[in-house]
Amino acid sequence: MTTLLERMAQDRRRLLMDRSVPGRVGATAPQSDVPHQPLPDQGMLRETLDFPEVSENELVRYLSQLSQLNFSIDHNFYPLGSCTMKYNPKIDDEIASMPGFSEIHPLQPDATVQGALRLMWELQQRLIEITGMKGCSLAPMAGADGEFAGVLMARAYHLDRGDTKRDKILIPDSAHGTNPATASMCGFEVVTLPSDADGNTDLEALRFSVGDDLAGLMITLPSTLGLFDSNILEVVRIVRDTGGIVYGDGANLNALLGRVKLGDLGFDVMHSNLHKTFTQPHGGGGPGAGPVIVGERLLPYMPTPVATRTENDDGGESFALDAPPKTIGRMGAFHGNFGALVRAYAYMSTLGRDGIANISRDAVINANYILSRLKGYYDLPYDRSCMHEVVFSARSLRREQGVSALDVAKRLIDYGIHPPTMYFPLIVEEALMIEPTETESKETLDGFIEVMQAIAQEASDDPDLLHDAPHDTPNTRLDEALAARRPYLRWRREE
Amino acid sequence: MSDNDFTSPYTPNTDADRRQMLDAIGVDSVDELFADIPAQHRNPALDLPPPLSEFDLKRYFAELASMNKTPGDYACFLGAGSYRHHIPAIVRQLTGRSEFMTAYTPYQPEISQGTLQTEFEFQTLCAELTGMDVANAGMYDGSTSLAEAVLMASRVTRRNRVAVLDSVSPAYISVLRTYTEAPGIVINIVSPDDLALTEETACVVAQQPNFLGYIQDMQSLSDSAHEVGALFVVYADALSMAMFTPPGDYGADIVASEGQALGVPPTFGGPYVGVFACKQSHIRQMPGRIVGRTVDTQGRTAYVLTLQTREQHIRRERATSNICTSVALIALMTTVYMAANGRHGMRRTAELTYQKAHYLASLIDDVPGYSVVNGGVFFQEFAVECPVPPAVLNERLLDYRIIGGLDVSEQVPNGMLVCATEVNTREEIEAFAAALTEIGASA
Repeated sequence: MTTLLERMAQDRRRLLMDRSVPGRVGATAPQSDVPHQPLPDQGMLRETLDFPEVSENELVRYLSQLSQLNFSIDHNFYPLGSCTMKYNPKIDDEIASMPGFSEIHPLQPDATVQGALRLMWELQQRLIEITGMKGCSLAPMAGADGEFAGVLMARAYHLDRGDTKRDKILIPDSAHGTNPATASMCGFEVVTLPSDADGNTDLEALRFSVGDDLAGLMITLPSTLGLFDSNILEVVRIVRDTGGIVYGDGANLNALLGRVKLGDLGFDVMHSNLHKTFTQPHGGGGPGAGPVIVGERLLPYMPTPVATRTENDDGGESFALDAPPKTIGRMGAFHGNFGALVRAYAYMSTLGRDGIANISRDAVINANYILSRLKGYYDLPYDRSCMHEVVFSARSLRREQGVSALDVAKRLIDYGIHPPTMYFPLIVEEALMIEPTETESKETLDGFIEVMQAIAQEASDDPDLLHDAPHDTPNTRLDEALAARRPYLRWRREE
Repeated sequence: MSDNDFTSPYTPNTDADRRQMLDAIGVDSVDELFADIPAQHRNPALDLPPPLSEFDLKRYFAELASMNKTPGDYACFLGAGSYRHHIPAIVRQLTGRSEFMTAYTPYQPEISQGTLQTEFEFQTLCAELTGMDVANAGMYDGSTSLAEAVLMASRVTRRNRVAVLDSVSPAYISVLRTYTEAPGIVINIVSPDDLALTEETACVVAQQPNFLGYIQDMQSLSDSAHEVGALFVVYADALSMAMFTPPGDYGADIVASEGQALGVPPTFGGPYVGVFACKQSHIRQMPGRIVGRTVDTQGRTAYVLTLQTREQHIRRERATSNICTSVALIALMTTVYMAANGRHGMRRTAELTYQKAHYLASLIDDVPGYSVVNGGVFFQEFAVECPVPPAVLNERLLDYRIIGGLDVSEQVPNGMLVCATEVNTREEIEAFAAALTEIGASA
């Protein structure tokens, strides 16, 4: 017997098709103002489109109520490691929705989109300056797409030199899953490189793994352990000495802004997750942007298009889109996620030369502050200063109290805080990866630290409190095995 | 303590905060925290402009925006993969809610049901629109969705040759080449009369309507593909599916589409969202995020990311794709658009678009020197043979405050691909034809 209260709660979650009432409309189409044109034969036309019929008000309420089931940055602290969940400035949204940006068509002649092309060129220049590289293409539409472009460039570089036997890519065991997935999409064999006891690249293993079959190394700096590899110059030298390309996964660029340029360290190519480092709303999982920034060796291979600037005879300047001479090709139908580029450039412009290093300063202080105050409550697998994020482990809690990283994460939800990234990187057992970002105040961090300390205490006092968490959410823990075993991926009429 | 006096509204900590925190950490200076960076490369000089205040920022970007000639101010007849339509106000209002905008991938389903349930709605609408069994939560754009469809067809069939119809968009073919060259998949560009299929063909790839806007006989292509055990991969225009026979009805195995036309502004080419749909039997080979229905510990219905063992964060080098995003926010825009327009509104917008395009075609065909290519039934765009190079024509048209069609001289001599949708008014359409008449062959 369901109570009225329960039924009301269920009703709020009813799907659009279950709300549909024939005759209702949620939008009006304009009246035709042209003479009637005959339609094609009925045989070519669709019979029915089984879409919902809901009024505008119903749709607004349904989606507004759904939105309130989400946790968001604007709601509270979101220390999801590796995702750089920093505050998203509102002015950037306002700027991106200016009609002069949002309404322009991607295939307009260059002369009619000089503002857009200038913006792209300036953003390329800023990224080149910040990373110490030589060229930039804004075409990749996400971080993983930037990786894809980068590894394809490495491949093109070797093949172009007639060097056809380089079929291996080295990837540290701490890497994001996208790195091996990307290398594999590009036809390479993935060789996993272990980390040493300090969390740096194991130099001995590296020396053993390199040879004339090495296409390159993909390395995240700082690593997903939140550590700056103190052997990095040696790592780069070893790979370059054997003719390999050094790829920098720029997912963690936030820690390095104004502190070091990967180009100066000898990296050949990197991508930047603009949505992370140069903040934009993550949108529940996209859109993002993942420009690639390259050194001398890979310049000719960049994905197309690249924005270029020409000085005119009259002293003015004009901008165009061009294909690099030996381009790996197109990443998408048009020129990349322009709307995301506008936001990133706007944010970057508010920092400028005076503000950019303040980002890494505060991001790194915040992470180390959490490290120093939670040390002793949770296991710290690598006891050294971290960069923008810190990776703890719930290993002891698991062994002594039977409480897992998952339980700790779910209990945080009860306190109104988004959990850290769990069980990643894979080389840390029961990992809890915490990235506070620079946009959080000391008070917010103090609150978080107090909660994390309290949870460690709760784990020994009342472990079931953690096992059953979260308690006060729209749904309790979900049966994920059921979802995978019997995939139910769309609404169906028969039910 | 400070590197400088600059204070950003986005970074709250003060010098006093930082001092206390450094003391707690047990270091004297910020620099000690960066000591792992090789000293000779630490704190490099940065040649960047000074920071802009919000007021100056807005002014500068408004100036950049004003340097563009913006459709709306100009009549615009461009299509070719990006289309202008009326977007109901609720699309922006609802997707602009910060609960949707500033959340991330729903890794913690208990506090992400808003994103998860709307993604489930998106999958339902996309599966229905394409006439397929299931759809995923979204890809980068239509072109990468098509490329991933081809990779998937190769995995499903364990074959590596692909027959791509010569009427598929050149930009899409270019993306297809980017994706397929490294894994050794061979692309053959074929004509409908000679598909050159073999037992090694993984799939036939066709676009509906084709690049020049014309509806094709898909059933025969589908049958030919299936005869040799290949899959039929279709790229279908999103809005056209509300009016014309959807790919599921002519036997498509995988369907890719560009969701932009459904509620997303053109935005100079992105961000958009790729629709990806397929038959139920292939779901474990699908790329991308997928949301499924399940129950919580109290038996209540809820939604969760599922079939994750296909994905890069679990499967690493054996994943079906390296993709992490589902472009969720853009998918949400199309979800609101499709739901608001609903059962009849989608069809009505499609038919209105058809009416406008055909009215424009009838006027242009009457302009001396111009002829509409007779390629059969078209939906929202069509090719025109012009008496002068389209590039020259387009420059002249700007004087009339008209952004003309796409130069497709490589496909049609002096060819222009012209598009009209419901947002092109009769006045704009007639002005376009009048301008062509006036310019004539003199350009």
